[in-house]
Amino acid sequence: MALAAACSDPHPQSTFDTHGPVAASQANIFYIIMYAGLVVFIGVMALLIYTTIRYRRRYNDKDPEQIHGNNTLEIAWTVAPALLLVAVAVPTIQTLWNNSISPEPAAMTVHATGSQWWFEFEIEELGVVTANELHIPVGEVINFVLESTDVIHSFWVPKLAGKVDMVPNNTNTTWFKADEAGEFFGQCAEFCGESHANMRFKVVAESREDFDAWVAAQLADSVVPVDPLVQQGHDLFMSIEAGCWACHTIRGSANAFGQVGPDLTHFASRRHLASGIMENNHENLVRWLTDPNDVKPGNVMSRDAAVYNDPDQALSEPQVAALAAYLRSLE
Amino acid sequence: MTSLSVPMIKRPVHPVGAWGWITTIDHKKIGIMYGITAFINFLIGGIEAIIMRAQLSGSNADIVSPEVFNQLFTMHGTTMIFLAVMPLGAAFFNYLIPLQIGARDVAFPRLNAFSYWVFLAGTLMLHLSWFMGEAPNAGWFAYAPLTSTAFNPGHGVDFWIVSLQVLGIASLAAAFNFIVTIINMRAPGMHMMRLPLFTWMTLITAILLVLAFPVITVALLELLFDRNYGMNFFFTAAGGDPVLWQHLFWVFGHPEVYILILPAMGIVSEILPTFSKKPLFGYSTVILAGVIIAFMGWLVWSHHMFTVGLGPIPNTVFTITTIAIAVPTGIKIFNWIFTIWKGSVEFRTPMLFAVGFIVTFTIGGISGVMHAMSASDAQQQDTYFVVAHFHYVLFGGAIMGIFGALYYWFPKYSGKMYNEGQGKTHFWLMFIGQNLTFFPMHFLGMDGMPRRIYTYGADMGWTEVNALQTAGSIVIVLSVLVFMKNFIQSWRSGKQAPGDPWDARTLEWSISSPPPEYNFEEIPIVQDRDDWWARKRGLVPRIAPSGASGDGHGIHMPQPSFWPLVAAIGIFVGAWGVIYSVPVLIIGAGIMIFGVYAWSFEPVNDPESEASTASGDAN
Repeated sequence: MALAAACSDPHPQSTFDTHGPVAASQANIFYIIMYAGLVVFIGVMALLIYTTIRYRRRYNDKDPEQIHGNNTLEIAWTVAPALLLVAVAVPTIQTLWNNSISPEPAAMTVHATGSQWWFEFEIEELGVVTANELHIPVGEVINFVLESTDVIHSFWVPKLAGKVDMVPNNTNTTWFKADEAGEFFGQCAEFCGESHANMRFKVVAESREDFDAWVAAQLADSVVPVDPLVQQGHDLFMSIEAGCWACHTIRGSANAFGQVGPDLTHFASRRHLASGIMENNHENLVRWLTDPNDVKPGNVMSRDAAVYNDPDQALSEPQVAALAAYLRSLE
Repeated sequence: MTSLSVPMIKRPVHPVGAWGWITTIDHKKIGIMYGITAFINFLIGGIEAIIMRAQLSGSNADIVSPEVFNQLFTMHGTTMIFLAVMPLGAAFFNYLIPLQIGARDVAFPRLNAFSYWVFLAGTLMLHLSWFMGEAPNAGWFAYAPLTSTAFNPGHGVDFWIVSLQVLGIASLAAAFNFIVTIINMRAPGMHMMRLPLFTWMTLITAILLVLAFPVITVALLELLFDRNYGMNFFFTAAGGDPVLWQHLFWVFGHPEVYILILPAMGIVSEILPTFSKKPLFGYSTVILAGVIIAFMGWLVWSHHMFTVGLGPIPNTVFTITTIAIAVPTGIKIFNWIFTIWKGSVEFRTPMLFAVGFIVTFTIGGISGVMHAMSASDAQQQDTYFVVAHFHYVLFGGAIMGIFGALYYWFPKYSGKMYNEGQGKTHFWLMFIGQNLTFFPMHFLGMDGMPRRIYTYGADMGWTEVNALQTAGSIVIVLSVLVFMKNFIQSWRSGKQAPGDPWDARTLEWSISSPPPEYNFEEIPIVQDRDDWWARKRGLVPRIAPSGASGDGHGIHMPQPSFWPLVAAIGIFVGAWGVIYSVPVLIIGAGIMIFGVYAWSFEPVNDPESEASTASGDAN
């Protein structure tokens, strides 16, 4: 249901359509300064338009009086804007400080890590590691610790909170809370290289029960394959030839403990693939596995994996089908 | 001394044709060369923008690859800031400053020529990166560690570094020159509080340049050493700090913004009084506001870094300093409007641009204050909202001002009148086009569209607004085409311009259009802030000027020189060497040292030349 609602949302990253207290407070400040700005703009334009029309040169105009200035007026338009600015600065700074620390104890701390071009989410206290799709309980404060493994990224879910950068060698923190259930779009907001545009993620806010169920499912080991095609895909994944295991973790498997790419233990449970840029279905997965560089130009897998950077070792169509079947089995 | 000068090539004494331009040290010719080169750069940057607008006109478009798109926005930003807006300002500094202060040339004419040729070298360096297949791709502020060799192999970023270093030399040479010129070369009676506003803003801009460029020079050197000599300033894997780059860049970068806009403010402060037939309202206040803006420009750099995680204390401080800048900016806007108040307003093309500047710059100023609200800026940072903001101040502000200047002083530098109808068409197309292109960006930003993305999905709700913006950008293209037609045709075959077609107020209008090589036959004795106006209206007594008078005989002008060009060629060659090979660098350094050496020992005038006594004949 939540998914259906999100899909029909015509503005999935609107900063006006807020669903959490942080984003709401920021929108509030924006409205204050926007209306103040609008009043100033209308006032200045009215004065400008009146002046330019009223004092247009007329036939046989004489030289106008050579006025050099007026101290009273100039003091007035120095002091008045200064007072207006003080008036808008006060709520801004209040909000800035209010948002700097969460007002209530957090339900959990999520370590969010940016890499070119995907997000990892680790909930240490629960033992959950996932990628590009974070589930959170509705109405509870979530703290975030933000880091980066390579270049600067920025963590941003417009409907829940403004962005905070993920800076290598620096640790930043932020927090947000979702007031209601739904799927919220997130996107990297700091230019981070070739596929910056393709670095997205989703936050799924759900009831406490649904969230607990999700955590329980995430904690389980991967299922053992039964279907022969799935078995074939599993074997390929774990083979020296394809080498997927070298970079990806699939908990419960014999040798897939790679740390470079996203954890795939519950890959099939995610709604999107390739860091939130397309729906996680069979066709898209086949497209991704066949030519990841076409989907997300410059990505590390197509650069470093032999099956993608060496045409002689490219995956055949049946191999892709088997791999897709295996990955889609990882509920 | 002559024995030390290099005798291989004869000193150009009365060069004509291309050689005359290449060896010129006349500030007016250099200004024109600056202007034409910078305008070509403006067109190149515009083409880059149009390709990006095409790519973004619809969702999931596939006109350019992401890599090329990244190169396009990097080059568009770098080109427009360093190769178009800054040197277009410099073109007017060159052409106008001596004319406005009643001087015959700048303080260091050959340094001025050197500045132009080095600027050209930097320009060529940057554009040639396209042809080397390695255009820079890390954005115009090139955040570390995306610029490190680990994430950015190849020479793209090196081209960017070296080009900016070379351009920095040009800017510094020009800035020192203008500071000295304005302080030392003023005509008698032209004391500081009589300087035309454009000259004042030039002085402030030049001081900002001198103070800001060393910061970027240091940052660029550190980056160059990181990339090429294994240093660790910003290389995070070895413990470098990427936030240091941001501080260095923006300590330079924010004053740079004022370097771009202050000349336009000066231009508007010249145009409005002329076409209102009134002196500038609150002359000293406008100057003081400019000085305060320039000073405060140093105190606000971290507002570019509100989301970096500096914490609430720095964000509070920089919120306060940033909104404080709105006060002197607002003062200027009100003073401009009250310059028109009770005036006799004539809407010639320059006046349209000046009033249009007030409108668009006010919008950019207000969205700037919106950005200053650090609490809510977390939503707008790095979105199209900020793209909207800086295009309102740089296109709606700086570029509008510069086009106003191109029309206002057209009679002066070309000696011809432009076509008024086409000028007005240009203004309206450009005014509508830019608002159509840039205003919707505010909404896109608030709708969550990050800047610098080469594509977006159809489900994001951004498609229609983007299509509208692309349509707007085509209107801007049309307006520029109208300008170019008008400009070229009028310069070739426009009506002869009188010396003072606008009944203007400042000294440059007291001489013929175009001015003679020596500018002022007799150095004027300045008695009033708007001296030419006062003289025309008989408000000041006529004082017999000092010095010779007549047809220009006996006026000593320095002779042309090609050594500045030689030194600049050395810098160009050496810059290539920095990127590609050390021996080439050494050769380049050799050429430069040779050029500077020969230049140092070159006398102002060749004593063997008969022309040294009457170069006023030379035109």
